[in-house]
Amino acid sequence: MIELRSVHKRFDSLVVLDGLDLTIPEGKNFVLMGRSGTGKSVTLQHVIGILDPDRGEVLVDGQSVPDLDRKGLQQLRKNMGYLFQNGALINWLTVHENVALPLKETGDCARSEVDDRVHELLSLVGMSQAAHKRPGQISGGMKLRTGLARALITEPRYVLYDEPNAGLDPILSMSIHRLIAEVRDRLGVTGLVVTHSRQCACDTGDQIGVLDKGRLVAQGTVEEMQNSDIPLVRDFLSGHAD
Amino acid sequence: MTADGDGIPVEERPGTTPIHGLGGSFRQASLDAGFTVALLLRTVAALPYLPRRMRFTLDAAYAAGVRALPVTIAVAFFSGMILALQTGLTLQTFGQTSLVGQVMALAMCREMGPMMTAIVLAATVGSKIAAELGTMKVSDEVTALDVMSIDPTNYLVLPRVAALTIMCPVLTALSDLMGIVGGSVVATAQLGLSQDLYWNTVLDALYAPETLFPKDVYAGLIKGLVFGATIATVACSTGLRARGGALGVGRAVQHAVMTSVILIIVFGYWFSWLFYDLLRGKEL
Repeated sequence: MIELRSVHKRFDSLVVLDGLDLTIPEGKNFVLMGRSGTGKSVTLQHVIGILDPDRGEVLVDGQSVPDLDRKGLQQLRKNMGYLFQNGALINWLTVHENVALPLKETGDCARSEVDDRVHELLSLVGMSQAAHKRPGQISGGMKLRTGLARALITEPRYVLYDEPNAGLDPILSMSIHRLIAEVRDRLGVTGLVVTHSRQCACDTGDQIGVLDKGRLVAQGTVEEMQNSDIPLVRDFLSGHAD
Repeated sequence: MTADGDGIPVEERPGTTPIHGLGGSFRQASLDAGFTVALLLRTVAALPYLPRRMRFTLDAAYAAGVRALPVTIAVAFFSGMILALQTGLTLQTFGQTSLVGQVMALAMCREMGPMMTAIVLAATVGSKIAAELGTMKVSDEVTALDVMSIDPTNYLVLPRVAALTIMCPVLTALSDLMGIVGGSVVATAQLGLSQDLYWNTVLDALYAPETLFPKDVYAGLIKGLVFGATIATVACSTGLRARGGALGVGRAVQHAVMTSVILIIVFGYWFSWLFYDLLRGKEL
């Protein structure tokens, strides 16, 4: 389980997180929404240990992430996948090599085992045909699919999605949403999705949380949030903020 | 002082007056220098992983060599011609034109070859490295490596530093040769020396019976080694500190080339001082 307890974070004089409390239930997709600059991506970066909080606790499976040493952090990250906005693929590697990278670098698996796993995941995300292509030769949606396959290669228990449909057309967005839901259903992965998109939240989320001024102002199921009496939450879930 | 998400030190508040601004710039420059030195130390610590990165290192060395080769040859050849003409005309007034070959050999091997090669490498390969890593940094690829528990120093920096450290002395040797060849053209065409006389004086200057070559050749190659490591480390460091999209990448490239050129000249002087003053009369 992922828990954030009273997390504070500021950059210079800018307060980004101001006592954020958040619990991500196991095996579900939790969608974090909010205006730009409210700390959604910063929250993800705390969970995976890229940033440390100024105050408060970030716990994953009961372990305090900021207190982990390098090896502990590596172990934690093996259990976590991270899908970046643009996929963040390594440009000189092919799609196949990008997906295989985490396993090859950790050196835990035989080459044939790595190849089998890569084929399986590329098939899951519908990228088998483009395995030999480089990131410069594929579309934004394909990059995201590849990024998702790479995030899943270490068989993580958690996947963090940072704006998974940013810059994509509605059809491509829908296909990414379906994939995120499929990853939860087929692999039992817990997801934390950061998005501005109402459609993404409704398609992928079991629970939705809305951040404002560094705090969680509301949390609940899609239906509960759609019927919320908080204006900001209603704005987001009614699509006004899309 | 604080650090961004990658542990890169950044100045918290820019100065509000010129004095504050100057202090802030000096402080940021110190932090940048600290980051670069720390990166170099981490790269040295990662050396045991070099065999694992051998393919990438050789690719990078080959790419660096190919990229810099035509410019290095052209710059060295014409610089050799300029140097031969200027020294030849001066020596002519003393009736010592026959010494041109010796002057050319020593000047190219000691100073001109390593320095010109390093400046060409900083402009061609250092800028490319800074742009590559800068683009990777601003598009989250470096963070992605971190998230996958892949050390960016080991994966990105080590092969590039190793490649340039290998290639710079190789290109320096070639540059020395091309400069001397350029000098031979001027010596025969414009200074009236025979090819035999020119090359005999070159060989006299560049042959040491006990060590094959004199200290001057080895000193120049050691300089090349240090310059190569410096250019790659500075380029990687500025690339990894890039921020702010395409503009930030552009700044990183500019900063990498400027810093490298300054360091090449400063280190060039230090090494000359070391080899020809502190170690005067001693063979390497």
